Amino acid sequence: MSQNPKHVLDHFNLFREPEYVEMFENKKKNFENPHPQDKVTEIIEWTKTQEYRDLNFKREALTVNPAKACQPLGAVFVALGFEETMPFVHGSQGCVAYYRSHLSRHFKEPTSCVSSSMTEDAAVFGGLNNMIDGLANTYAMYKPKMIAVSTTCMAEVIGDDLNAFIKNAKEKGSVPQEYDVPFAHTPAFVGSHITGYDNALKGIMEHFWAGRERHGNDMVNIVMGFDGYSVGNIREVKRILGEMGVPALILSDTSDVFDTPTDGSFRMYMGGTRLEDMKKALDSKATISFQEYNTPKSLEYAASLGQKTMSFQYPIGVRGTDRWLMALSELSGKPVPESLRLERGRLVDAVADSTSHIHGKKFALYGDPDQMLGLAEFLMELGAEPVHVLATNGGKEWEEKMNALFASSPYGTGCHAWPGKDLWHLRSLLFTEPVDFLIGNTYGKYLERDTGTPLIRIGFPIFDRHHHHRYPTVGYQGAMNVLVKLLDKIFDEMDKNTNVPSKTDYSYDIIR
Amino acid sequence: MGCGQYSWAARRNYYIGTTGVDSFVTMQFTSDFQEKDIVFGGDKKLEKIMDEIQLLFPLNKGITVQSECPIGLIGDDIEAVSKKKSKEYDGKTIVPVRCEGFRGVSQSLGHHIANDTIRDWVFDKQTGKEIETTPYDVAIIGDYNIGGDAWSSRILLEEMGLRVVAQWSGDGSIEELINTPKVKLNVLHCYRSMNYISRHMEEKYGIPWVEYNFFGPSKIAESLRKIAAFFDETIRENAEKVIAKYEALTKATIEKFRPRLEGKTVMLFVGGLRPRHVIGAYEDLGMNVIGTGYEFGHNDDYQRTTHYVKDGTIIYDDVTGYEFEKFVEALKPDLVASGIKEKYVFQKMGYPFRQMHSWDYSGPYHGYDGFAIFARDMDMAINNPVWQMAKAPF
Repeated sequence: MSQNPKHVLDHFNLFREPEYVEMFENKKKNFENPHPQDKVTEIIEWTKTQEYRDLNFKREALTVNPAKACQPLGAVFVALGFEETMPFVHGSQGCVAYYRSHLSRHFKEPTSCVSSSMTEDAAVFGGLNNMIDGLANTYAMYKPKMIAVSTTCMAEVIGDDLNAFIKNAKEKGSVPQEYDVPFAHTPAFVGSHITGYDNALKGIMEHFWAGRERHGNDMVNIVMGFDGYSVGNIREVKRILGEMGVPALILSDTSDVFDTPTDGSFRMYMGGTRLEDMKKALDSKATISFQEYNTPKSLEYAASLGQKTMSFQYPIGVRGTDRWLMALSELSGKPVPESLRLERGRLVDAVADSTSHIHGKKFALYGDPDQMLGLAEFLMELGAEPVHVLATNGGKEWEEKMNALFASSPYGTGCHAWPGKDLWHLRSLLFTEPVDFLIGNTYGKYLERDTGTPLIRIGFPIFDRHHHHRYPTVGYQGAMNVLVKLLDKIFDEMDKNTNVPSKTDYSYDIIR
Repeated sequence: MGCGQYSWAARRNYYIGTTGVDSFVTMQFTSDFQEKDIVFGGDKKLEKIMDEIQLLFPLNKGITVQSECPIGLIGDDIEAVSKKKSKEYDGKTIVPVRCEGFRGVSQSLGHHIANDTIRDWVFDKQTGKEIETTPYDVAIIGDYNIGGDAWSSRILLEEMGLRVVAQWSGDGSIEELINTPKVKLNVLHCYRSMNYISRHMEEKYGIPWVEYNFFGPSKIAESLRKIAAFFDETIRENAEKVIAKYEALTKATIEKFRPRLEGKTVMLFVGGLRPRHVIGAYEDLGMNVIGTGYEFGHNDDYQRTTHYVKDGTIIYDDVTGYEFEKFVEALKPDLVASGIKEKYVFQKMGYPFRQMHSWDYSGPYHGYDGFAIFARDMDMAINNPVWQMAKAPF
């Protein structure tokens, strides 16, 4: 017995104690009928080979460890970014439990969202009654200012018509006639969470803008796209807009929603884009998207009403930030102010100070398509090589854009974009064409364990590190944060690889 | 794809193995169903998936197919595919699980369906390597090894001289499932999720089953004696020895933590067995559970709950977020113990909170070793300095 209340052993150390180690060995030997160790070792080694990689890349039907989520997650995320809005997902109940826990595990914040809780009878008769009762209950219990409806697989397969259902529910008095219930069909078997983001945002735009006359003004609408760093990034973008003096509206502002205080009260609703502002946003002169692949339909809709539209690819780094600042400047007629010029200079200064440690390092990265474009560009600015860039939810067009980006820099030579691939593909790549560092979400830790490639956590979800979502990744300040994140890992690895006494005393330097 | 993604590796079902080679617990295998699969059906794709799994993961000892909503709605025949492929791969264990999310009112039906699939697709179809049996063979049923719970339970059963042939299903293996019908007694922790297969083994193989509770020393001792009563004098004596062995640990744990927790009140809202099973552990620390509720309980759960709770305890079934918040506001407990979706709501309100699904990333909580961790964690939650700072002094 090793347990000791003076110094309690939990799972980290308890199971390393001899009584447990012995128990594990006996369990395996006597009851699991395990494969012989040499067989296991043989297969482990085989999975590292080019032969295995070739077979792995021939997969046509099986997906293993994908780096994407499904449409309704993006739709719920968009809805949460509006003032006192309750996301309402029409379909099976379990789905909503998933979106809530997924977002809460990342942001360490409550996630409010409701379901119409369809079961077998709804599968047979359709979910109209679920919609009628669900809207009524949501309205009565949680008193939102708006209920934004999206759908799960179930509602989509049986073909429920949201437009008709919501009209019907209003006629039955579930919510007042003039009450805001925007909606979007978000089948989880089409696209990914970024598609859902687009559909839901377009649904809300249409709800507030369709059929109204547009009176152009000087405002600029900003759409951030699905972003695990939305708390830090939206605040940073607002700050920059303030510095520039550009009047702007963030469409779906989740910065306060996912950052409420602990002070004795739970705020189901906080912050978010005001509904009045969303109405007004029709009159804005332009809508700018920070993530092109998150917003094609929304931008197309905005353009169809006469707005200028523009999109960026998760602008991270020096030139990425330069571009959107210059675009904003041109759009607004306001110059980029001295304060931002200084910030830029400080970022370039930091890069100059540290570049020799990053230069020539090889990286593998995975995540959403726009974020990959942004990160890869920044890495090349630092003289690093983004050797493998993978987006499970990236397509042909994204691949071409990545290739063009690689071609624009000598550091892109030999780099490769991998659309539609998953993390089991990436595992093969890391074994057969190793890199120095891996950038990705929390699930990358399995690749780190298998391949020994140190993981730098940038992406979504990040479940096993805390609070990084509070710090921006976009803008010059955001780039600074990303730079420091990269450097910290690089220096940690240097020390880790040089700290064996009497063996690697050299290179274990005090000044780097 | 989404369902698999959101549940991927999230439950802390601990195991030891080479993930992706001979163990597959923390992986997400998916058919990534697309619109064309909905239109044309996914059976062919599923067949190909089986082939690809066989090729790339040759040491897998079985495949289970969980179906998401669309599969049931479009009428794909995962049973036929499983049967066909099992035959093709020399009787390989392939288990189709019809657990579409819209079936039933909660995850509880999924437990039932999964239990039945083991009956139909493992017990009735598979044979394992012959093992010698002993009069002391038992199986742990309904322990998911969250944070290592099944391990800190197994060690006690082994210490009292029983031979644990199988763990269902935390750190379990297909071989263990296949061999379970040879045991003398099934010991059942989570009644809600695995009473079905226990009853089946009782009916078909004549194996008795007994419910036990390994949360907190009072219930552990009671359970060890209850389990031992199914065996001979040696085992009964051993049970007493095990209880005696851990007495000093238990005493020291209670002496350290009880004064810090005495009289504190708790409200629970969890699933499975915990709304009743953890009450004794809190009471061992001098705490009172003043409210408890099940996410997906049935009548028989509530019947069992009455034996655990004191008069005046509020019991709620499948509360909404709204209801739970109102109950807590009214009763003002010293600790709220529930899940990830509730955690941050109550912490914002200034209530100490522990997740009682994932053990808030701690654990194990089962067994004597687990009780010390449980006590430490409850103390750390309730007596944490952060709660003194929630109100600003200005």
